Amino acid sequence: MITATPTVQVKKSYFNQKQGLASWLLTLDHKRIAILYLLGVTFFFALGGIFAALIRLELATPAGDLVESNTYNKFFTMHGIIMVFLFLIPSIPAVMGNFCIPLMIGAKDVAFPRLNLMSWYIYMIGGCFVITALLMGGVDTGWTFYTPFSSSYSNGYVVATGLGIFIAGFSSILTGLNFIVTIHRMRAPGLTWFRLPLFIWAHYATSMIQILGTPVIAVTLFLLVLERGLHIGFFDPAYGGDPVLFQHMFWFYSHPAVYIMILPSMGVVTEIITTFSSKKPFGYTFIAFSSVAIAVFGFIVWGHHLFVSGQSAYAGMVFSVLSYIVAIPSAIKVFNWTSTMYKGAVRLTTPMLYALGFIGLFTIGGLTGLFLASLGMDVHLTDTYFVIAHFHYVMVGGAIMGFLGGIHYWWPKIFGKMYNENWSKISAIIIFIGFNLTFFPQFILGYMGMPRRYHAYPQEFQVWNVLSSAGASILGIGYLIPFCYLLWSLKYGPDAPPNPWGAATLEWTTQSPPLAENFEVTPVVTQEAYTYTTEEVVHVG
Amino acid sequence: MDSPTVIAPGEAGAPPHHGHVEHHFEDASQQKDAATVGMWCFLVTEVMFFGGLFLAYFAYRQAYPAAFASASNNTNLIIGAANTTVLICSSLTMALAVHFAALGKRQLIVLFLALTLLLGATFLGVKAYEYHDKWVRHEVPGYHFDCRTEEGAPCTDAAHTPLFFSLYFGMTGLHATHMIVGVGIILFLIAKARKGAYGPEWYTPVELFGLYWHFVDIVWIFLFPLLYLIDRSAAK
Amino acid sequence: MADHGSKTAEHHVVPKRVYFLVFFTLIVLTWVTTYVATLDLGRWNIFVALAIAIFKASIVALFFMHVFYSTRLTKMIVVAAIFWLILLLFITMADLWTRGWMGVPGR
Repeated sequence: MITATPTVQVKKSYFNQKQGLASWLLTLDHKRIAILYLLGVTFFFALGGIFAALIRLELATPAGDLVESNTYNKFFTMHGIIMVFLFLIPSIPAVMGNFCIPLMIGAKDVAFPRLNLMSWYIYMIGGCFVITALLMGGVDTGWTFYTPFSSSYSNGYVVATGLGIFIAGFSSILTGLNFIVTIHRMRAPGLTWFRLPLFIWAHYATSMIQILGTPVIAVTLFLLVLERGLHIGFFDPAYGGDPVLFQHMFWFYSHPAVYIMILPSMGVVTEIITTFSSKKPFGYTFIAFSSVAIAVFGFIVWGHHLFVSGQSAYAGMVFSVLSYIVAIPSAIKVFNWTSTMYKGAVRLTTPMLYALGFIGLFTIGGLTGLFLASLGMDVHLTDTYFVIAHFHYVMVGGAIMGFLGGIHYWWPKIFGKMYNENWSKISAIIIFIGFNLTFFPQFILGYMGMPRRYHAYPQEFQVWNVLSSAGASILGIGYLIPFCYLLWSLKYGPDAPPNPWGAATLEWTTQSPPLAENFEVTPVVTQEAYTYTTEEVVHVG
Repeated sequence: MDSPTVIAPGEAGAPPHHGHVEHHFEDASQQKDAATVGMWCFLVTEVMFFGGLFLAYFAYRQAYPAAFASASNNTNLIIGAANTTVLICSSLTMALAVHFAALGKRQLIVLFLALTLLLGATFLGVKAYEYHDKWVRHEVPGYHFDCRTEEGAPCTDAAHTPLFFSLYFGMTGLHATHMIVGVGIILFLIAKARKGAYGPEWYTPVELFGLYWHFVDIVWIFLFPLLYLIDRSAAK
Repeated sequence: MADHGSKTAEHHVVPKRVYFLVFFTLIVLTWVTTYVATLDLGRWNIFVALAIAIFKASIVALFFMHVFYSTRLTKMIVVAAIFWLILLLFITMADLWTRGWMGVPGR
């Protein structure tokens, strides 16, 4: 039987058990570190969003009339770097992973709390390097830093930015390392691998990628910095270097990186759909293994970014086939989610709206990825707006919807407050509409041949660009509204009960917000995952 | 919460006296196990980090075999082999240091850590000599670079030899940086060992550092043949 | 009773003679590989050198780093590291090796 926590006026929780700035900046509590990360990623999301706004502003008219082309190059570069490395990669793992993983497995903290705090400082320092480079004048190479432009010809601050990303990468590595050890060694008694929440499986797979992939981009940026400083010749054809080698090394990480961005989101979606269908996930084992399959297969497809680079045709063919194969585990998940909802008691709460939006938008994004995986089609579509639309559908329509869904799902648990459901639903719908208006026209633009990374374009593309820019302003409004009602809820929202959604994972058996030590007594798990009778979760000393 | 210092990456903490279990672990065995797995995960990242450099090496060796062979012949074979021997000796002494830490033999721990330190420093000293030698012979890319054979003729495919030397300095330099960090940590471990911090119930920092040191040795085991032993037959 | 997933914790103390045997093997192989490098084996030189290096690295890992005596998880992690390194090297080199295989249409 669950012992009901007696309600008190000022509830003791990790939020107020220790007070003062130092208790936050020197905290070892994974829950507080998660909030530190939330502040960080929100800041960088806003900064990346400002660059997006500038891009769409310039592209509203065919002429390059807002800024010069060099400045525009800096806009899309900074947008990409900030959004990828400083927002998307850390977002869900560092915020929701950090907060929820120990709670979900019945542990008191992650395996290495000091490394956890260090990873946040490293992240902020890396971010500061990038901001410093930005203030000094920014980079104009594109977030992909292709050589020899980035190594020999760019006038931007490549070294400072590269160092910033290098440093931030260690934050990602430490987070992944912490999660792997935590999941392997800190599970509560009775919590076997196949009783774990699927959110955990998703983060385990993500952590595998973080550990195996991030060091490669670290060494790539290291070589780039050396090349730029000392003109050694690794990637410069003038000295016998091979620019395509840079692309291989860059994409060996950067393709699995997109799975770092999407897998946690899929984990969030699984939790949300399960809870708001009041039904066990359909095909638990398939979802679990497909997460690991995506992580593993994601490492052998990177050459699809190099189809027109001069890569050998045979390599291109192999990478194309493998890229089709990697879509299969993702598709499996979509079938699992829809089957979970089938004959479930579906409640259309805000997190559920985000999860449903995810399924639709991720499917479109994923299918258009197959268009690009086809060698013949990619020759025409590469470096056009089709690619941009594709990855924004999966990154924004997928990953960010999952992030927002997770924020709304776990907000009561993290902060102990309920937000206004009407406003949250309205903003979810605004975001969905704004997103599609922004990015669907870009598929058409790409098909029509509009190249990416150009600030001026022929007149016939204007109508779609205007639609896209209009959509972007709606999307921006949609993102601003949650700031308002979420912050408002912190002060004025009703207190949250331990389990407002009727969910069946361990974090919902604690009070909202949880105590600093998470559980008064360590839970012992005797039930399979997602069993919808929580009375059987036994608490023993 | 005590305020311990982080000893080695992945290690759970440095408690003031051995046997202390952090609050989020159930027992010392779980804590040690977690620390060991964490250290191995860190070594995986190191494998992939060096791996990128090995990739660049193989890519350019395949593209310019003659340049690589000619440039490699300018490294000193005997010094390289001797330095490799020194490093392997340091691996032995490190393994013995861990062995005696598990047995709690304080003076032997200190002795073998000190020997490891000495051998590691010797390796670094020899490396410094080799670097200086390369500088003097104009084999540092970008600084009056001029690769010449023993007889004074230009190296074969001299235009591409800077790639070999860049990789030489990049790979051995990264390796040496790891060794310097290691030497620093050994000093710390010696200081702790002298105070009797390590014994059968807790010797995790020594063991985890041992893993790091052996890994650095393994990197060199590959660097030596790839950099020093290309096309050394006198017949060529 | 507490199932935190750990298999037998590593309490096994490796006898010193194992270390000395491995050490001796490593020294011998170092000088073997140095000597073999001076022989002209054509394209086989690099394979022999790498084979010896792989063997040396293996015994360092298995015995100095105790992988031989460690948990299944540790062994899995080591295998994963090797596998992913091979993935990185092999697939990228496969591009470089096959660049010239297919001609450009029309030429």
